[in-house]
Amino acid sequence: MFNPISLAFKKAASENRPALLTYTVAGDSSKKQSLEILKSISKKVDILEIGFPHNTPVADGSQIQTSSYRAIKNGIKINDIFKIIKDFKKFDKNKPVILMGYYNMIFQYGENKFLRKCKISGVNGLIVVDLPWPENKKFASKCKKRSIFFIQLLSPTTTKNRLKKIIKDSHEMIYFISMLSTTGGKLKVSSKEILYNYDKIKKINSKKNIVIGFGITEKTIKSLKKADGLVVGSAICKEITNSIKKRQNPVTNVYNVVNRLRNKIK
Amino acid sequence: MKLKKGIPVIDQGDKLGFWGGKFGGNFVPETLKKPIEDLEILFNKLRKDKNFINERDRYFKNWVGSPTRFIKLENLTKHVGGAQIWSKVVSDANGGAHKIYNATVHCLLAKRSGKKVICGDTGAGYAGKMLSMAAKKFGLKCKIFMGAKDIQRQQPNVRAMKKNGAEVIPVYSGSQTLVDAVSECMRYWVANCDKVAMCVGSTVGPAIFVRICGWSTSQISRELKTQLIDEFGSIPKKLKLYNCVGGGSSSFGFWNEFMDYDKKQCEFIGVEAGGPANSKKHAAPLTYGSKIGILHGAAQYVNQNTDGQIEETESISAGLDYPGISPLHCFLKDTKRARYTAASDEEALNAYKVVTKFEKLRPSLEPSHAFSVAIAESKRLSKDTIVVVNSCGDAYKDRGIIERRLGKKYV
Ligand SMILES: Cc1ncc(COP(=O)(O)O)c(C=O)c1O
Repeated sequence: MFNPISLAFKKAASENRPALLTYTVAGDSSKKQSLEILKSISKKVDILEIGFPHNTPVADGSQIQTSSYRAIKNGIKINDIFKIIKDFKKFDKNKPVILMGYYNMIFQYGENKFLRKCKISGVNGLIVVDLPWPENKKFASKCKKRSIFFIQLLSPTTTKNRLKKIIKDSHEMIYFISMLSTTGGKLKVSSKEILYNYDKIKKINSKKNIVIGFGITEKTIKSLKKADGLVVGSAICKEITNSIKKRQNPVTNVYNVVNRLRNKIK
Repeated sequence: MKLKKGIPVIDQGDKLGFWGGKFGGNFVPETLKKPIEDLEILFNKLRKDKNFINERDRYFKNWVGSPTRFIKLENLTKHVGGAQIWSKVVSDANGGAHKIYNATVHCLLAKRSGKKVICGDTGAGYAGKMLSMAAKKFGLKCKIFMGAKDIQRQQPNVRAMKKNGAEVIPVYSGSQTLVDAVSECMRYWVANCDKVAMCVGSTVGPAIFVRICGWSTSQISRELKTQLIDEFGSIPKKLKLYNCVGGGSSSFGFWNEFMDYDKKQCEFIGVEAGGPANSKKHAAPLTYGSKIGILHGAAQYVNQNTDGQIEETESISAGLDYPGISPLHCFLKDTKRARYTAASDEEALNAYKVVTKFEKLRPSLEPSHAFSVAIAESKRLSKDTIVVVNSCGDAYKDRGIIERRLGKKYV
């Protein structure tokens, strides 16, 4: 079956630019507002990543942690997250949505039930931060059966041999973590080095769509333009936090950030 | 699910690091796969290397101080009037608790791997204090992550860490206790694993950390086995080993050498932290039947809600105040090799009062939990039963809490 994620990459490539992916936490700062944010940025974004917040996130920096704790405090539950996605899809049914989070929440919900819910709500892909390869093999193939992409992660520490094996088992999209960092870290390596690693991956299989994430902001996005896709997360979560602090409307402020990001990779 | 004989429990996991097919594993971000694999290779090699073993034993003997005492608590035994109550005084070890074994081994491994910095988590402050001592001894820089709440309640150990030159990084997220300290430490490692070694302070975390820690603290039962034979001529026919269980490193180390004995001869009793008597919160996932879930890279029984969010714990004892439990103990519970129960804050305080009244021994609040159950059960046991309690920590660090809860005269 056809997955709209593939189409999003094709469209971006045809416009000679990387796909723009945003990451926001479901329920940040409230259920209603997080849906409004998704709706408002939707036309500027190619693929929406939506985080299901977890309270012991071992790979997230302070920005996403703050967003996650805020969402949990405001009462977000897994079923609310599926509802947000379903409502969003009523508004823009072709926009690809990727759910991203930690395995325990899927495990508690039950893998099969979780995937059924994903399907019904319109989730097109899944990123599970703490379910690496080869542990994720079984789950990834369950995803595939339901035409949901399981998105493998690669890191600068991934050895060459391992890269090959993971890529072989991957679906159409792969996420490359730019540097050794939790989310939201300052870009501590040069874009040249990141793109060098990116090329190494691309060379193994050029058909895969590789997105780069971690440390991408308005400042750094342009320098990584040649990638198939770029993910911005913490910079957006931070904007929500700042808007709340300044008593401004997060929806407009986030839209403005996304708009500027998009303009930089035109 | 079956416990095998003749194979160390730390080696009974499968290829992916699961004990009993479901506890443990490596639920980690991709970035950590390589450093974890490197550590596995290094550890698997060195534990078979005679020079390394000799080096470890030399440090355990001359620096940690081995063996720690094995003593009979004559007055307490008389007072209770049942089984013979003995104690393995592990708090004799350099630094005042069992955390020194794991810290020493991790620093030795870090040296061999060429790392110059080591990071670690701490709750009661012992794991941090010991890591700071060992890091200083072996010339490593040391960073300790500690919940802000624990920093407040375990000041003596915080001072010790700083005196040893460690940087103590307060963690303000979540409940500001051990669970958050471990998360933050793992995050720091994710971002710095190319230059920094990580020590997890108990038999928790990704499988390799569970194994290294269990291997290190097993020194306790190696000593005890010899001491029991010296004292009784052989391993007693009725032996009961009581130990508090937070992450489970002291208890695992206290039991490991006796694993292959029949449990009718040698029973293991793990005591978790039941929390305040009037609170629903606790740190006793095994006792209160918490569901299996993923915490800090490993599948284990863990306090959580139906959505999989980790639940806040509550215990007077910072060292036991952890929502999860070692995969090794989940395995020992489900194979029925060990029995688990809990003591409340009040019961632990009361046990502390009783022990210090009758003996020249000052167990910290963690082992006081174990004493509480050991004393209660000993009453009903025969005089030829040998009860041994691991007094794995010294109460100096708890003086503030003890003074507040029991009054000055108990400090
Ligand atoms: C004295 C003492 N006992 C017990 C524990 C609990 O840890 P574990 O169960 O790993 O021995 C701690 C942890 O900080 C401790 O300091």
